[in-house]
Amino acid sequence: MSRSSMRLLRKTLLYVAVVFGATISAFPLVWMVSTSLKDIPDLFAYPPILIPNPIDWHNYIEALTSLPFHLFLKNTVIYTFGAMIGGVLSASLVGYGFARLRFPGNKLLFLLMISTVMIPIQVIIIPQFILFKHLDWLDTLKPLIVPACLGGNPIHIFLFRQFFMNIPRELDDAAKIDGCSLFGIYWKIVVPLSLPVFAAVSIFTFVERWGDFFRPLIFLTSLEKQTLSLGLHTFQGEYQTYIDLLMAASTTVTIPAVIIFFVGQRYFIQGVALTGLKG
Amino acid sequence: MKRSRVEAICGFLFISPWVVGFMLFTGGPIIASLVLSFYQWDLITAPNWIGAANYKRLSMDETFLISIYNTFYFTILAVPLRLTVALIIAMLVNQRIKGIAFFRTMFYLPAIIPLVPMALLWVWLLSPDIGLVNFILSRLGVQGPLWLASLKWSKPALILMRLFTTGGTMVIFLAGFQGIPQRLYESAQIDGAGWWYKFVFVTLPMLSPAIFFNLVIETIRSFQIFTEALIMTEGGPANSTLFYYLYLYLNAFRWFRMGYASAMAWILFMMIFLATLIHFGLASRWVYYEAR
Repeated sequence: MSRSSMRLLRKTLLYVAVVFGATISAFPLVWMVSTSLKDIPDLFAYPPILIPNPIDWHNYIEALTSLPFHLFLKNTVIYTFGAMIGGVLSASLVGYGFARLRFPGNKLLFLLMISTVMIPIQVIIIPQFILFKHLDWLDTLKPLIVPACLGGNPIHIFLFRQFFMNIPRELDDAAKIDGCSLFGIYWKIVVPLSLPVFAAVSIFTFVERWGDFFRPLIFLTSLEKQTLSLGLHTFQGEYQTYIDLLMAASTTVTIPAVIIFFVGQRYFIQGVALTGLKG
Repeated sequence: MKRSRVEAICGFLFISPWVVGFMLFTGGPIIASLVLSFYQWDLITAPNWIGAANYKRLSMDETFLISIYNTFYFTILAVPLRLTVALIIAMLVNQRIKGIAFFRTMFYLPAIIPLVPMALLWVWLLSPDIGLVNFILSRLGVQGPLWLASLKWSKPALILMRLFTTGGTMVIFLAGFQGIPQRLYESAQIDGAGWWYKFVFVTLPMLSPAIFFNLVIETIRSFQIFTEALIMTEGGPANSTLFYYLYLYLNAFRWFRMGYASAMAWILFMMIFLATLIHFGLASRWVYYEAR
């Protein structure tokens, strides 16, 4: 076989493998949507049908009205965006402090902060639960949002610090000559130059918090206060055998995360790579 | 005030969100849970000092030992499999062929689906009679097992599910590939090296920091498997998917044995710490950093 036809063969095989793999990878999501649109006869058809006939949108209406999903959505949005905005702001401030400001213990505290990544959530959740019980914060969104805004994620702080450290200090000096305060430097110079990190961390936080199950499980009890993931679990408890409804609800919970991912894809993958490279 | 004084004070102000958060929500709780592990407390009656009794009871608690076995079984199988699959996919997706970015996205997609819907979907996929997985198997001439309803196959079912979310791991490998200088491949080519040789003696060593990173992260995460077990099987059948974290959760938040669960939490912490130390210790043997 000639050189170029060997290469063509190799390329074709590669393409086939990639298409095959990607199809398998994306298929569960496709199946989720497909199942959500089936009516009962199609649901239990064997062999399984991919495209339902007829397409039954009714499942969505039935599923989303049987439990207060609009409240779940509201709670999830408040939690996610609260954690996002507060978390990104505080992580960037802390990262800036570590990156650009000289103070005793800078290095040490930074190492301490990084080492907290190793701490499993199980070892702090029980005292946190007791603390919030005393504060009477249980069954509210406060135990979810407040820790996220106060140094919520060391990795995010780390990312900001790394990025800020790479911004040339000459810009600082120029700003100081113009009479800018340290906070002013942060706000007017460093932040505008750091939009990629802000975007990446925002998206990370979004995905992390939108689907968060454990913390709502621990801290939220009454039905009206539940988030989407928790509400979905509650829904599962009552409607276990109604697979079409279950999949309709699941798809609804999944869609926002998928949309945000596609929109912010570039920053997302960039950000994950940032963690790995510097790690 | 001196310039450096101002800067120092400002420095502390800037990092104060983290400091406050650390003391209230991390540092404080860690110490509190250690102390708590020496008590017996159900949140209603007063806490009761019992010394090391929780730890003693744990060592004789058969369910606890089962949970450790399940977690180790899962971790030892899931981590190498995940890394291997992620590496293969990363290599596939690293090619410079048209439209590869789209496929990269497809591979990454399952990783961002929230865990709860994903778990419910997989319960459906793994349904023994009408689930898609067994249907595909039957088309291949294989009789599919009962998966989540089977003692033997419940953990493998969860491992299989985990293999679909290798997106994040894959991306780390992709980033690692970028750091491999082409000249190494070129000089290997000149020496007459074949594809396999290039993989083993160029790709793998240069990728070892990324492999190491993924190994550590995945081990820690696998020790903490929880949501899938709670949602899909509630630890069953017959405790075959009762993982450490799930048992801890049940003890703390269903049965309100705060002290007992805190002891479990600290043991888990120590296990993760030990595993990470071992990883770092072994690292010097096989992880290769170019800066030598």
